[in-house]
Amino acid sequence: MNDSLDVKRTAKLYINGAFPRSESGRTFVVNDQNNKFLANVSKASRKDARDAVVAARSAFNKWSDASAYNRGQVIYRIAEILQGRSPQFIAELESAGVKKAAPHVLEAIDKIVWYAGFSDKISMVVGSANPVAGKFFNFSIPEPTGVVAVCVSNEPSLVNLVSQISAAIVSGNTVVVVVPENSSLIAVSLAEVLATSDVPAGVVNILTGDSAELAPWLASHLDVNAMDLSGISDKNLKTELEASAATNLKRILRTFPDGLSAIKTYVEIKTVWHPQGF
Amino acid sequence: MTFEYAPAPESRSIVSINPKNKLFIGGEFIDAKSGEYFQTTNPATEEVLAEISLASAKDVDAAVVAARKAFKSWSKLSGSQRAKYIYRIARIIQERSRELAVLETLDNGKPIRESRDVDVPLVAAHFFHYAGWADKLEYAGVGPNPRPLGVVGQVIPWNFPLLMLAWKIAPALAAGNTVVLKPAETTSLSALLFAEICQQAQLPAGVVNIVTGAGETGKALVNHPDINKVAFTGSTEVGRQIAKAVAGTNKKLTLELGGKAANIVFEDAPLDQTVEGIVDGIFFNQGHVCCAGSRLLVQESIHDDLMSLLYPRLELLRVGDPMDKNTDVGAINSAEQLKKIHELANSGDEQGAVRWTSSCPLPGTGFWFAPTVFTNVSQSHRIATEEIFGPVLSVLTFRTPDEAIDKANNTPYGLSAGIWSDKGSRILEVAAKLRAGVIWANTFNKFDPTSPFGGYKESGYGREGGRQGLEAYLEAGVAHE
Repeated sequence: MNDSLDVKRTAKLYINGAFPRSESGRTFVVNDQNNKFLANVSKASRKDARDAVVAARSAFNKWSDASAYNRGQVIYRIAEILQGRSPQFIAELESAGVKKAAPHVLEAIDKIVWYAGFSDKISMVVGSANPVAGKFFNFSIPEPTGVVAVCVSNEPSLVNLVSQISAAIVSGNTVVVVVPENSSLIAVSLAEVLATSDVPAGVVNILTGDSAELAPWLASHLDVNAMDLSGISDKNLKTELEASAATNLKRILRTFPDGLSAIKTYVEIKTVWHPQGF
Repeated sequence: MTFEYAPAPESRSIVSINPKNKLFIGGEFIDAKSGEYFQTTNPATEEVLAEISLASAKDVDAAVVAARKAFKSWSKLSGSQRAKYIYRIARIIQERSRELAVLETLDNGKPIRESRDVDVPLVAAHFFHYAGWADKLEYAGVGPNPRPLGVVGQVIPWNFPLLMLAWKIAPALAAGNTVVLKPAETTSLSALLFAEICQQAQLPAGVVNIVTGAGETGKALVNHPDINKVAFTGSTEVGRQIAKAVAGTNKKLTLELGGKAANIVFEDAPLDQTVEGIVDGIFFNQGHVCCAGSRLLVQESIHDDLMSLLYPRLELLRVGDPMDKNTDVGAINSAEQLKKIHELANSGDEQGAVRWTSSCPLPGTGFWFAPTVFTNVSQSHRIATEEIFGPVLSVLTFRTPDEAIDKANNTPYGLSAGIWSDKGSRILEVAAKLRAGVIWANTFNKFDPTSPFGGYKESGYGREGGRQGLEAYLEAGVAHE
């Protein structure tokens, strides 16, 4: 018989393309459905959240400057890597209590492919050439908002996790994702997928921990431009976060409208005028 | 030799101003329940023009009830019928355009040349543009079977009273919403005349409601539990308060807030055109423009040449009676605003910038501020970071395009920016790197109903104008696309 002992994975944060432990040294225990120990997951702190925002901001210029074709391919590659790792995700989702985990993972892969394909179509669908009354060339194009903080739900869902991330990064935003306990292991695994696909360091940063502790720091952070609050179930906390996010007028998602509306939340329409003439 | 100008005043006989004005609720002019009034004055003469009803929370509630009642039938009316009502409004605005322009100038202080040639024609154009959208909502971009949001609460500023009303009301109505609009405290009159136009157009009662008042009235509207959306144009500070106030509700929100636009002049810019653009950028509408080009960024190599062209041009600006057709710069809208401009301009002196002021004579009564330019401005000066909202230009310099972009983006605002250069590739690259919602290249302060307008960062969110502006008043009718 195989008497070789399993080599367990250390579940760490994902910041700037690296896998640090929380600077706080804290962890929380994640058990499976039968209350059997699975992992000590890093519990991110305020400092980790700030580091993640710095990483996301640093990655923004290059990622938003990349061609839409390039971004589309990079995101498509996440789906490729996820496909190869699907047995691992199915197992993890099952141990987190998700029924029908196999079709769930396939749906998540399809979501990534769908969002990837939108990268070079957003401008066409959302932008416009505007027939102003006068001799001007006038056009409107979407540009990414900046750094997006994404709060995912404590109900483990790989579909939601990849959709919430993809909707932000497809147009060139960078993200800091806050993942509560029950969703933490699939997020740690997704971080490993991201690290082995071609997503540049800092474009996606993942913080496992307590949303109620981490999200307020991101909501009040002046270098965060938008926030997806859809994963926050506590109504009072959600209201507080939205009010705090008003400090620098963050763009807010209260619910996640999977699809183009989500993509639109994280783009700014820029209109450029130029006179026409000889 | 200098040319003398004879006075060329526009006649004010075309308008008759009610001495005591009511609220417009449910298609009727009715007395405010509050029984309170406030005065509106002509800022060029300090003459009291009229008394305006001060809407209380109860009045706002009555307006929202009227709008909610009207929503049922207005939203079910076919798009083509809604379109015809809005076209009617556009036509009546054109028919009564001179009256609107004169009233706007009397109440606001802006030159008649601007209200007549810019504001009111754009108002009619906005209603025309959005009228045509009313029966084409499936092309708006929110997906199939788009739906209106419901009752919309709208709060607008005093710098373009009627134009901001048009930006708010035209798309809201086209999409099938009904509105309660609060004009700014100092400029209610054109909104009340617009209410009369709604009556002439036989717009169904309650589709448009106008509640006049100050900050408390606006608060009552924003906080009313039965509105579905808030649209606000005004200061970033108030915008923040509104964003906080709607937190935890289902209300949608669009905000068009302050700005501190960089107007960037590269060394290859056509200087004569640039000078005109700088003047339009900061002295149009007395600088009471959220997208004003208030920070002039000049490439160091041409700074002296440009300034030597700019000062004599500014000396030619005629400041004075807004009703005079030759006036370029009118009155500051209120004593309060004038105080703010003085305070910020004084900070420029204190922080070491060098002030230049036009030698133009200023009238003895009313609120005035002569065209002013500060040079030797550094990025940390208050006049380089805070919105002055007056005819005051701050001049900074740069050496490289990267430095220009860094300085231009070094602000929490992001509403607009200008680029002056002869080189197409440079214009496109700089336009792409500026974090602002409207970029004017070799032009400035141009507006059009087909052209989306709105900010990045703390200049707000959502767009007004064009298809994108319509989307702000619609939601998807079915589950997600």
